[in-house]
Amino acid sequence: MDTAIFSKYEPVIGLEVHAQMLTKSKAFCTCSTEFGGAPNTRTCPICLAHPGTLPTLNENLLRFIVRMGIATHCEIRPRSIFARKNYFYPDLPKGYQISQYDTPICHNGFIETELPDGETKRIGITRIHMEEDSGKSIHDFGTETLVDLNRAGVPLIEIVSEPDMRSSDQAYAYLTAIKSIVTYLGICDGNMEEGSLRCDANVSVRLRGTEKFGQKTEVKNLNSFRNVKLAIEAEIVRQIAVIEEGGVVLHQTMAFDPNKSLTRAMRTKEDAHDYRYFPEPDLVPVTITKEYIDEVRAEIPELQRDRRDRFIRDFELPKYDADVLTVDKATADFFEQAIEALAGKSNEVIKSISNYTMGDVMRMLTERKATIKSLGLLPSHLAELITLVTDGTISNKIAKDLLPELPGNQKSPKEIVQDRGMIQVSDEGALRQAIRTILEGNPDNIAKYKSGKVNLFGFFVGQTMKAMGGKANPTLLNELVKEELEKA
Amino acid sequence: MTSQRLQELNTSLNCFLKVFDVPPHTIQTGKLDGMRIAVKDVLALKGERLTCGSKILENFTSLYDATCVERLISAGALVVGKTNMDEFAMGSSNENSAFGAVRNPWDISRVPGGSSGGSAVATAIGSCDMALGTDTGGSIRQPAAFTGTIGFKPTYGRISRYGLTAFASSFDTVGTFSRTLESAARSLEVMSGKDERDATSADVPVDEYSLSLSGNVKGLRIGLAEEYFGEGIEPDIREAIETVKAKLVAAGCILVPVSMPHTKYSIAVYYILTTAEASSNLARFDGIRYGYRTPGAHSLAETYVHSRSEGFGQEVKRRIMLGTYVLSSGYYDAYYTRAQKVRRLIKQDFTTVFKSVDALLTPTTPTTAFKLGEKLSDPLSMYLNDIYTVSANISGSPAASIPVGLDRNGLPIGVQLITDSFKESVLFSLAKEIHVDVLSRLTL
Ligand SMILES: [Zn+2]
Repeated sequence: MDTAIFSKYEPVIGLEVHAQMLTKSKAFCTCSTEFGGAPNTRTCPICLAHPGTLPTLNENLLRFIVRMGIATHCEIRPRSIFARKNYFYPDLPKGYQISQYDTPICHNGFIETELPDGETKRIGITRIHMEEDSGKSIHDFGTETLVDLNRAGVPLIEIVSEPDMRSSDQAYAYLTAIKSIVTYLGICDGNMEEGSLRCDANVSVRLRGTEKFGQKTEVKNLNSFRNVKLAIEAEIVRQIAVIEEGGVVLHQTMAFDPNKSLTRAMRTKEDAHDYRYFPEPDLVPVTITKEYIDEVRAEIPELQRDRRDRFIRDFELPKYDADVLTVDKATADFFEQAIEALAGKSNEVIKSISNYTMGDVMRMLTERKATIKSLGLLPSHLAELITLVTDGTISNKIAKDLLPELPGNQKSPKEIVQDRGMIQVSDEGALRQAIRTILEGNPDNIAKYKSGKVNLFGFFVGQTMKAMGGKANPTLLNELVKEELEKA
Repeated sequence: MTSQRLQELNTSLNCFLKVFDVPPHTIQTGKLDGMRIAVKDVLALKGERLTCGSKILENFTSLYDATCVERLISAGALVVGKTNMDEFAMGSSNENSAFGAVRNPWDISRVPGGSSGGSAVATAIGSCDMALGTDTGGSIRQPAAFTGTIGFKPTYGRISRYGLTAFASSFDTVGTFSRTLESAARSLEVMSGKDERDATSADVPVDEYSLSLSGNVKGLRIGLAEEYFGEGIEPDIREAIETVKAKLVAAGCILVPVSMPHTKYSIAVYYILTTAEASSNLARFDGIRYGYRTPGAHSLAETYVHSRSEGFGQEVKRRIMLGTYVLSSGYYDAYYTRAQKVRRLIKQDFTTVFKSVDALLTPTTPTTAFKLGEKLSDPLSMYLNDIYTVSANISGSPAASIPVGLDRNGLPIGVQLITDSFKESVLFSLAKEIHVDVLSRLTL
């Protein structure tokens, strides 16, 4: 589409994010929320909706949503109630979902997002409420549909934003900020691919300069950060095209097809469900005291943006490093623990730990499909390894070779280096002796070097290093080779 | 009673859906040692059918014990059987059971009342010392009145609802039928109290109700609300009330005329709110995980529609439709929201009246037991049978129906006592003054 036409319009975007809570048990029974397990094994009469069973609220769900409310500057309602959302579906055992309707526990908050150009933008949070997940219908058995209720009753929070975003980049930044907050709060693992973070986008467009919102559609099926961005872009283009062709945008639910990068209508809102919400009579109203809010507030850790700013300030790290290190709370914790374990904390060593963490350590995570926690690398071991490099005991090269062996290893880097005799040779006499042996064996190359082939310098260094089993102190070796060549 | 005699009686009365020759649980010892109890088939008993009087649960077996049943068993009670009932506790005559109507032992051409008719009859014929019932709008008190038994509905939240198949969650209350006040008092003491599995159960200390049976009622103020003495009350019932009043005055009580102005809305509020909750509570019976599933459905929608159409009876379907309607967008505010507001006004009536009186005395029902089939074709007249009992469920107040005599046809008459929440002890001490053991005159 013509960019001139495109720029006539302003997109308006709001996101609804479902985050699965990391409570050990389900929202209203004591079944485990652990992922996996044979179908229907994480169930009990309550989450199977057997007659006579009643829900009881998991206190941790309440604690978690209050954390989220505080972190997103929401007002926390002193009294809120649960509501039943009624509809029939095979993976919804009770025939209704316990949710919240007109009294969401958190409302009227905001978060600050950071855009790619470094600008910050405040996005309003309309509401955050508690609800339970449904089970899973599995349709890939011919004409049969099978139902797995392991997920039924797993606690979710739904975070609804104001229609404050004006581009897919802003939506992406908002979602990134939400993920960062929930993971820092320890209430959700933030994994979109596995469905622990799910996102629907409300999208509309209007002519620039006009006040009135255009007709919005709801885009579903957004199971990765990338797809959220692509789907919103596709929907904006579709809506502009509809209007430019003289058509009208309908109130529809759209599905995103990631293969074709297109949005398609799933159903029109006119034939939407009537959920017949009404107050859940099996649960009592949730009352939140000021003392409770203060107690929860005390559990809230430093969030990503504050931590990043502190890393820049206290460790004099570049913004890039601080951003990368703090995206994931566990990584940031790992980094800080490594620094704490350091004997001498020069900026140079800190930067070196940053480099190792962002580079070699993160590469290991990808290769081993691990998280910083599951990897099993002790922060103190990384600190010790870097110290061995900076005090000249081992070379950088040896450190990098050694690093992959450290996760899960009972021995410290120092012990391994000693055991294997990997300690770097910085003894000048020994180095000169080795250099002279190499020079004596290569009179031709010395002649060539002297006649101007200076790049043979590397040859002499390399041969000596090889003869010493890679353990020569590289800086010192360079100096001494230069000296010996001059003498030769 | 021999098991052969019980089988004979059950053949004509149909009060038990299942009789246990041996209790289907381990026998324990405690406060209720050897008390024989019958359990309404809406309450869960581990390893046993839980039909709720419905075809849709005909073959359903419960995996656990209801809290009230569990507490009774651990106190030494013995379960003798599970009793017939109106399907999902919806009805006032016990003609709505998928397993046949229950008959009144005082006259087998008459109904025993409902929905806990099976439990009422099981108690009246002496097959148990106490029978558990549930009361959503009068389902214990009305059949108690019709059968000459003592029917107790404690405060909402007094006894855990865990294991009680929900009809209308904010109304449903577990209670007792018994021949003696002692059995009721001792059973309620055991069953009452907070249960972590029911968020709506009350964390209020439990009184020793049996102690109040020797209590003094002198000086208690008894409210007589004009709204409870309207047209349609049979003369024999009016007369019985006069006798009761005289007894109470003789015992030193003070009679006080009071007004409960919102009582006239009770039936309407009750049928809007209970059907709304029922329409949602009964959604789980969908033929997917357990219960009746239609043979031969070709789609998901057909599975739902046919399983539910074939599995539920007329009255249940009527109420599900009514409840779905009042919750529908466009009608919600006019019905559900308004009914909730009026519910608060009715509760307020009770709060106000209990500032000046200790208890209310009313008829339990406008008539004594009616004939089978008499009101089947007229649901509205059936609903009006609960006119004096529903208010105590709307407010959650404890209430009891106490037998006080027989009418000219030899049918039992019950009167109702209502007190403020958690004042069950007052109910017991007043009941002691007015109770007449009419069951001794029942010939089987
Ligand atoms: Zn469960």
